[in-house]
Amino acid sequence: MKDTFVLGGKEFNSRFILGSGKYSMELIKAAVENAGAEIITLAVRRTNTKQNENILDYIPDNVTLLPNTSGARDAKEAVRIARMSRELGCGDFVKIEIMKDSKYLLPDNVETIKATEILAKEGFVVLPYMYPDLYSARDLVNAGAAAVMPLASPIGSNKGLATKEFIQILIDEIDVPVIVDAGIGKPSQACEAMEMGAAAIMANTAIATAGNIPQMAGAFKNAIEAGRSAYLAGLGRVLERGASASDPLTGFLRD
Amino acid sequence: MVHINGKDVNAAGKKISEYLAENGYVVGTVAVECNEEIVSKSRYDEVVLKDGDIVEIVSFVGGGSR
Repeated sequence: MKDTFVLGGKEFNSRFILGSGKYSMELIKAAVENAGAEIITLAVRRTNTKQNENILDYIPDNVTLLPNTSGARDAKEAVRIARMSRELGCGDFVKIEIMKDSKYLLPDNVETIKATEILAKEGFVVLPYMYPDLYSARDLVNAGAAAVMPLASPIGSNKGLATKEFIQILIDEIDVPVIVDAGIGKPSQACEAMEMGAAAIMANTAIATAGNIPQMAGAFKNAIEAGRSAYLAGLGRVLERGASASDPLTGFLRD
Repeated sequence: MVHINGKDVNAAGKKISEYLAENGYVVGTVAVECNEEIVSKSRYDEVVLKDGDIVEIVSFVGGGSR
């Protein structure tokens, strides 16, 4: 059976959302191709009069663009950035990021819920970056979020699934896709999150800071596919204690 | 003076389309906000910048998370 990832009414074959920050333009293209990613995040920034290269020229046409609202400190700023991103003409998807704190870059769930409600009413497909809190996740769903994007550990830290137990609660209790975002540093961690039942993985720094960027993008692709496949297969049980032989318990070479 | 992307610019009286063209912007790659309202591309030829306007001109850049 085909295993498609549906988000905002669109079907995707890939469950790897790739960030486009911290790369050179040439490497973005190679990373996207090796990742097999069909959704790429972008940021919106003031542009000066000497226009640099246009990042959109380096992203394949079949890829869905997911602008984020990074830099927003409250709901009002996030809404403004989202509207500007839509005006840039690349669809209705938006990843809400609202951070008041510049040391740990933790998302402000309360402001994120407010922005989600406004933008969902305006027809955006809203993907909120959030701290993995069950009540906030429920509020986000009620506000119209198309998915929730809990952080695994602080942005850019490559520290992995520090919030694992809380992400599992969201996966078990929330009916929209749970996309694990931020802090995933290695393919094994992406695989683990997918085994837990995450719908997709978003990563940027782990790939952008790797020794060989295109190769790491490919490694993440394989890990995410393996984790998804394991989740669909259903993991084997874990014993509380003791052991259980997987060889026959008869026919030993003794009487 | 018009406050554009954080700087005071002598652009009062100009249409948005004129300001963008004079400064080498590619219209297809930017979005413009004036006083916290989006200005759609179809209105760049109509909207005239005034003294005290606060204008943001943005485009996409690489980004994952901040």
